[in-house]
Amino acid sequence: MTITPELVPASASFAPATIIEVSHVTKTFVSPDGSPLPVLDDISLDLREGEIVALLGRSGSGKSTLLRCIAGLIAPTSGEVSYRGSPLNGANPGVAMVFQSFALLPWLTVRQNVEIGLEALGVEPAERRQRAERAIDTIGLDGFESAYPKELSGGMRQRVGFARALVVEPDALLMDEPFSALDVLTAQNLRAELLRLWREKDFPTKAMLIVTHNIEEAVILADRIFVLGANPGRIRTEISCTFPQPRHRHDESFQALVDQIYTLMTGPDNRAPAHIWAAKSSADATATDTPLPEASVGGMSGLLEILLARGGDEDLPKLAHELTFEVDDLLPLVDAAQLLGLAEARDADLHITDEGRTYVAANILESKPIFAALARERAPLIRAICNALETTEDGTLGEGFFLDLLRRGFSEDEARAQLHVAIDWGRYGELFDFDVNTGQFSLERHDQPEPSDTGG
Amino acid sequence: MALRQFLPVREALRGRRLSWVDLVVGAGIIATLYGVVRLGRSMTVNLTAGHAVTHISTSLADVPYYAARSLLRMFLALALSLIFTLVYGTAAARLRRAEKILVPILDILQSIPILVFLPIALTFFIKLFPNNVLGLELASIFVIFTSQAWNMTFSFYHSLIAQPAELDEAARMYRLTKWQRFWKLDVPSSMIGLVWNMMMSMGGGWFFLTASEAVTVFVKGKGISESLPGIGSYMAAAVQKGSYGDVAIAIVVMIVLVVGTNFLVFRPLVAWADKFRLETSESGDKPKSVILNLLRRSSIPKLLGRATRPIGRLLDRVTRPFGLAEYPLRANVRKRQLGDVIFYTLIAGLSAVIAVVGLFYINKHLGFGRFPSLIAFAFATFGRVVVLLVASTLIWVPIGVKIGMSPRLSRYAQPVVQVLASFPAILLFPFATLLFINAHIPLDVGAILLMMLGAQWYILFNVIAGASSIPNDLREMMVSMRLTRQQRWRQVILPAIFPAYVTGGITAAGGAWNASIVAELVSWHDRTLHAYGLGNYIAVASDQGRFAELIAGGVVMSAFVVIVNRLFWRRLYRMAERRFTL
Repeated sequence: MTITPELVPASASFAPATIIEVSHVTKTFVSPDGSPLPVLDDISLDLREGEIVALLGRSGSGKSTLLRCIAGLIAPTSGEVSYRGSPLNGANPGVAMVFQSFALLPWLTVRQNVEIGLEALGVEPAERRQRAERAIDTIGLDGFESAYPKELSGGMRQRVGFARALVVEPDALLMDEPFSALDVLTAQNLRAELLRLWREKDFPTKAMLIVTHNIEEAVILADRIFVLGANPGRIRTEISCTFPQPRHRHDESFQALVDQIYTLMTGPDNRAPAHIWAAKSSADATATDTPLPEASVGGMSGLLEILLARGGDEDLPKLAHELTFEVDDLLPLVDAAQLLGLAEARDADLHITDEGRTYVAANILESKPIFAALARERAPLIRAICNALETTEDGTLGEGFFLDLLRRGFSEDEARAQLHVAIDWGRYGELFDFDVNTGQFSLERHDQPEPSDTGG
Repeated sequence: MALRQFLPVREALRGRRLSWVDLVVGAGIIATLYGVVRLGRSMTVNLTAGHAVTHISTSLADVPYYAARSLLRMFLALALSLIFTLVYGTAAARLRRAEKILVPILDILQSIPILVFLPIALTFFIKLFPNNVLGLELASIFVIFTSQAWNMTFSFYHSLIAQPAELDEAARMYRLTKWQRFWKLDVPSSMIGLVWNMMMSMGGGWFFLTASEAVTVFVKGKGISESLPGIGSYMAAAVQKGSYGDVAIAIVVMIVLVVGTNFLVFRPLVAWADKFRLETSESGDKPKSVILNLLRRSSIPKLLGRATRPIGRLLDRVTRPFGLAEYPLRANVRKRQLGDVIFYTLIAGLSAVIAVVGLFYINKHLGFGRFPSLIAFAFATFGRVVVLLVASTLIWVPIGVKIGMSPRLSRYAQPVVQVLASFPAILLFPFATLLFINAHIPLDVGAILLMMLGAQWYILFNVIAGASSIPNDLREMMVSMRLTRQQRWRQVILPAIFPAYVTGGITAAGGAWNASIVAELVSWHDRTLHAYGLGNYIAVASDQGRFAELIAGGVVMSAFVVIVNRLFWRRLYRMAERRFTL
């Protein structure tokens, strides 16, 4: 499933030195009932001097878990991470990390935050101050030394995050979705500055590894992109981006690569045991192998309406760009539409189906039964809940029953999230109701309306 | 040039001229230090066995000295509680095996009525320092400590457990040493909870201070009344004399102490601690303090900072060998399991031994046959607690809602209620006793009122807080939808204040159980009243030095508190969290 044939040749005579090597790492968490939940499955990759590597994946692909294994913050269940040849048994000594949520200490000033890594290393105060000052200048924070993080905007906070990481002159810089909490313009600006620093000759950091769910971000920054698949996380493919920096969004080759990755990420995942895309045999799909996408019915309907307004056919990257949606915002909606057969994704394009047209054209009262019928037919969890409720005498069941079922394939949080989506969908389609106080599911009875509660 | 480096203080002085602010703050600090040293010296006066340590005069001239001694006692206990909190909380949060034991122990300690500790501490400390008033002093401080430490420790432990994952990761990633992590991350991130709990503890501590200064000591089975100089023993002396005026003076002094420490110490602390807020956005209304502003404007913090920085650096270097705040990723599972087995076996064995010894002790000195009557006593006290909770609810919920929903009223009422909650109700007992004697009210009924005097404020306090947090749009909705009075209460106000009310209720109930020990046995001059209940039983046992009865009474009371908490309050709490959180 390799897209670009020119993979970086491992056997080249002049191979840059490997900084970090990940070999056959798996990570398995244990679910509450004791069954194993694989999060990472047999991952091998390496980070070499002079390159930027991106780990690109949707939520659930375990990319943050993988980054934490590489940082030495958590231990892999099996396999090994090594830094410059020596296996890790604690925080990776050669890296610094930039966090999605910045992870600054709010009670320390910008300068104190930047100095913290140096202080930990036992650097003398005078030198510490000097080096921090230099890092602060480099990253464009001069003038803000004595400010507290809460006084700064998100972009400035992340600059502090970068300064704190770079001041210790790490061998490799790890970044966990560093730009995803920022607005689009700020993120673009900071990315450009990072690249400018990276190109400078005396930049002490030799490699960078970024985790992201933003396809364009990966293509802008990275020399190599690892696309991760979900449930459990594993490397689907490795793509090398060889075109020169600076890269422009509107270049044809750039666009082509983005489209390819979109196709890959919305397309069938070959190695997954059974998946949404096997929609033909949806009768065989079960609630545990075909998760409900975490999408609201309103969001999905909105997407279909936009699609129809554009003639029923649109390029996904373009759609995402215009809506300023991240992959994680857009793809669950696409998945939901695909699962219900209301739209189809092909080659990074989204097409509305005939059913989709009928659904969008219907008014609110008509569209609900259409949605209900489709959800019951094609969403395994919805079907399972309806069937189970119908087999009981009074049409009610506790949430524990379904949670137990879901825990076989999901972690506790994921199981709850699945049930949450199912409740949302079930209520929208008036298939069943849920009482949050008692935790009871009950069938909607259309023949005998509930006595309305008007008394006060 | 070289000299200047060694004299950082002088350099700081040169930089800025002294202002009047510095003089005021400096004078304040010197006066405090002098006072502490002077008072501290008198804490180790020799004690001639058999004689009352100090004759407590009820002369007005001695009152400032007594007040200062009491205050010093309170702050020593608070300092002790803080040290205990930092050590115990860290151990519970960071040591996997210790957590399994330390947390339940804390839970048990928290439910033991504090006055049960008093005779036990007295016996212990007087044995430790025979013929010296220091024994009495330490016993009193220890009792105050037991009333202050547990909630602070719980708060610290919970802050450590709930530390944001990414801050923990950053600390490990940037290779902080254990010492650095403690001071840069653990303590600051827990600071707000810690400061609030210190303030609460101080409020509760006054109650036990008053109860622990004038005590009965048992030397060779003979009870001797001993008093430490302090406002509590001043009160006790006034009661024994039957002098209304002196009791009133004690009350006024106590109000001054409570308000003064609040203004001079805790307001500034709370305002200062606001910088440790974890949310990265600025909070709407920040707590303010005049005193803190004064301190910040002076150059004292800067001077202090410069003077202590070398010490900080030294400590940083000295603690480096303790290693990084890290743990190995790969642990030897076999070894760890073996360690677990040994550890838990030891603990189980030890607890079994203690339990058996305890049971034998109680059986020998008391006999298990007495337990049914103890449980009957407990039910009587429990009945009082229930009645007072219902009464406080009926009285204070409407008033609290009224205050909380009016921003103008709550601005004035909030500090007053805070003082009322901190004021040791025990000081009002003599007047109440007098009333009961004259009006022929049996203490069986009167004790309810006495217990309520202290406990009710927690309900009021929390209801005000809950009502003032009802969002403005909900209030506007009530008006614009023309909700009837009944609808407002049933559908908006009561659900909105419910979580806060539950918190207040738990605290009030805990306070009432504790207060029953001093409320079910009261005296004025030469009259003593008893009420039927567990508090009376414990108080008598304590007065007469009967340890088996004391322990048995304490165990029954703890068990009651724990059972009611589990069966009633926790459920309400969970419901409140799930359904009624705004």
